[in-house]
Amino acid sequence: MKLIVTAFVVCLLPLQVLAGVDIKPVRSAGGIDAWLVEDHSIPFMALELRFRGGTTLDDEGTRGAVNLMTGLLDEGAGDLDSQSYARALEDLAASISFDASDDDVSVSARFLSENRKDVLDLLRLALIEPRFDQDAIERVRAQILSGLRSDATDPDVIAGNTFSKLAYGSHPYGSSGDGTLDSVSGINRDALVAVHRAALSRDRLYVGAVGDITADELGVLLDRLLSDLPKEGGPIPEPVEVLISGGVTVVPFDTPQSVVLFGHEGIDRDDPDFIAAFVMNHILGGGGFESRLMQEVREKRGLTYGVYSYLLPKDLAAVYLGSVASTNDRVAEAVDVIRDEWKKFAEAGATLEELEAAKTYLTGAYPLRFDGHGRIASIMTGMQMQGLALDYINVRNDLVNAVSLDDIRRVAKRVLDPERLHFVIVGQPDGLESTKD
Amino acid sequence: MLHVTIEIVARGYGRVIRLMVAFGLWCIPLGVMAQSIDDSVTSFDLENGMKVVVIEDHRVPVVQHMVWYPAGAADEPVGSSGIAHFLEHLMFKATDTLAAGEFSKVVAANGGSDNAFTSWDYTAYFQRVAADRLDLMMRMEADRMRNLRLTDDDIVTERQVIIEERNQRTENNPNALFNEQMNAAQYLNHGYGIPIIGWLHEMAELEMTDVYSFYRAHYAPNNAILVVSGDVEPDQVRQLANQYYGTIPSDTKIAKRVRPQEPPQRAERRLIFRDPRVGQPYVSRSYIAPERDRGNQQQAAALTFLAEVLGGGKTSLLAEELQFNSEIAVYAGAFYRGVSEDDTTFDIVVVPTPDVSLQEAEDAMDTVIEQLFETGIGVERLDRIKRQVRASEIYARDNAEGVARRYGAALASGLTVADVQAWPDILHSVTEEQILEVARSVLRHDASVTGWLVQSAETAE
Repeated sequence: MKLIVTAFVVCLLPLQVLAGVDIKPVRSAGGIDAWLVEDHSIPFMALELRFRGGTTLDDEGTRGAVNLMTGLLDEGAGDLDSQSYARALEDLAASISFDASDDDVSVSARFLSENRKDVLDLLRLALIEPRFDQDAIERVRAQILSGLRSDATDPDVIAGNTFSKLAYGSHPYGSSGDGTLDSVSGINRDALVAVHRAALSRDRLYVGAVGDITADELGVLLDRLLSDLPKEGGPIPEPVEVLISGGVTVVPFDTPQSVVLFGHEGIDRDDPDFIAAFVMNHILGGGGFESRLMQEVREKRGLTYGVYSYLLPKDLAAVYLGSVASTNDRVAEAVDVIRDEWKKFAEAGATLEELEAAKTYLTGAYPLRFDGHGRIASIMTGMQMQGLALDYINVRNDLVNAVSLDDIRRVAKRVLDPERLHFVIVGQPDGLESTKD
Repeated sequence: MLHVTIEIVARGYGRVIRLMVAFGLWCIPLGVMAQSIDDSVTSFDLENGMKVVVIEDHRVPVVQHMVWYPAGAADEPVGSSGIAHFLEHLMFKATDTLAAGEFSKVVAANGGSDNAFTSWDYTAYFQRVAADRLDLMMRMEADRMRNLRLTDDDIVTERQVIIEERNQRTENNPNALFNEQMNAAQYLNHGYGIPIIGWLHEMAELEMTDVYSFYRAHYAPNNAILVVSGDVEPDQVRQLANQYYGTIPSDTKIAKRVRPQEPPQRAERRLIFRDPRVGQPYVSRSYIAPERDRGNQQQAAALTFLAEVLGGGKTSLLAEELQFNSEIAVYAGAFYRGVSEDDTTFDIVVVPTPDVSLQEAEDAMDTVIEQLFETGIGVERLDRIKRQVRASEIYARDNAEGVARRYGAALASGLTVADVQAWPDILHSVTEEQILEVARSVLRHDASVTGWLVQSAETAE
């Protein structure tokens, strides 16, 4: 197999592998920018499109409209109704999926080279000429309402929604982008047409392509696919202040194991300390069995199956979150241990041994992410949205290796705030009650 | 650490309906290998009986190293449910040469990641790491095949962890509890009727002796399959495998897998599971069905197509009838998992719209099945599925690790490399008559289990 996604072993660190993904910037004749990784070894390609804004573009009264609209894009377009569209796509053995999240609407497509033109015609119809037929609206609405009814008794979702509300209040981040039973029931066709116009536009578009296509071919493809989208979309809300302060919120729910979501304000992706904070989090609770939280809560005490923490820098706010689940009569201990570890780390930082282990892991694991066309297309598109440079993949491990013990100590003091750590607990936790403001 | 249950993804609407169908491992609707992929596959046996499969993909200098033991939850002694999965967790504790937790620590210190999973038919351990670390991975994996050294403290603490895992996956989730009941009702005699993670009351009693007796009964080179995928040469894998695994003597006490089999099902079984935490009621139907057998996969291939025809997405018969031509269901799908040591199941799920009762949803589902027998499938529909089968052979070339999992699962479930390689052609040869014939023999009411998941007694009407 020919290598375009090349990678090689370098000698900076004896154990390091570097994923030298060879990204080409492409600009179409019509002015659409994309990042491309060419690989002609397999006759197919993956295409990823993202439109910044996502469910934050919902109007207050029609929460869930962007999500419903996104779910309807392939439910009838042009002169094809929903089933004809699905059959056409199956005939071409292609897959196209649409998703709406807090910050973007994303489109992921995978198709054989021999069917490229036909698949792109179908995708274009979905993006430019969705029909929003009334029967399709009702059908997809019913699916979303069904999901919302399940969510209402799902402790993980209850915890997430409760935390969001406390953290962001009335900002769109403060509620689920899926909407509520009431809001979704009230969305009409006009609202869907409006959010379609607002959410899918060229001023907020990011494109990643991987596979069997040249730069020239990609340019032509993108112009045909996207040039009929509106130039400008609806206004994206202003950044929001993270409101949450320290304490405990118990949401009573009759289930044997309490589900806990904890966190406070985080750190922006473009903050100069972000990489140091990322390494710090890996040591504290970032996946892996070696993290302090995993060692203290699971390995030493058997209080949970899993405990994790993660930085979540969204477009309009940054939070630092974690999760754990423990039986109702043991969850209070898990919460205590986590709070202690948070405090300890804020005060004393990490050891040199921990830092070195984190660096070897993070730099070694990085190239393992680039496994497959779809994955690479998605990573590249995310990089563009975060404003990262074309060569970021090649320098990223150097950035990680440059983090010092002092950096970790400084960023731990700055970011970790045990006093402001808030725990949302869904269940019947023994010995824990909601704190008063 | 984990066993994987699949989520049903309602295609084309961008979100997941949170129903859990109790399949042991992720289910790839048309588990197909490209014939051209076979070119990159080499297999051989070590002298001590260990099987080896190598899948080459030289695009990135990364390797995945997996060892599969054909020993899973359905091989557990009566009364010790969960022991296969408990052992999986404990395999990350100490050996003669590694301290507890050191295995994962060393993998991480080499920039790799590791994990494991347990199903009814197998337990597998894997690491993903830079290709030049394969040597080290094999040394450690070979070590823990025979040299596990557990302490009483390991047992007590890790038992709490698996109980919390059960709480998280099952006790906290009415869909999972319902599936557990469905399985238990489907299998009267076979171990597939117990949950992989174990029944809570038996998990709480699992002891050191149970762990070691399962470990000694199943973990040996002549009962193991090594699957290495990525940037490796077969000769290099052969040399390393001989060095690390080849020196472990085969264990003559390993018994051939013999399990109690299901008697013929002579009565339809029905159950209602009530839980106040149910937000969305639904109907689930399962039928006992033949699995892919060594040298005999024709029926399984037909069943794979049947699942696609009946409930494989928006264009399937169930979706057409229940979601489009009527407003009976918000979702309807069918599933078949052919890779299995013993008789497997064919499953159908229907999630009704709010004003439709579960009885109406179930009746509508049965009507669609009857219609299938009357009107058949049609060439167009069959061709559409075959085109997707062909395409998936091409897409598979982008995913050597997926190919590795398919070989591992197949070989740990009684199939051979030749069976895996014959599968795409067998799929292509499936005819409408074969699908209808297998449908008639499998989709029988007296060989079915029907379950209703409801919030309370009232909503069951």
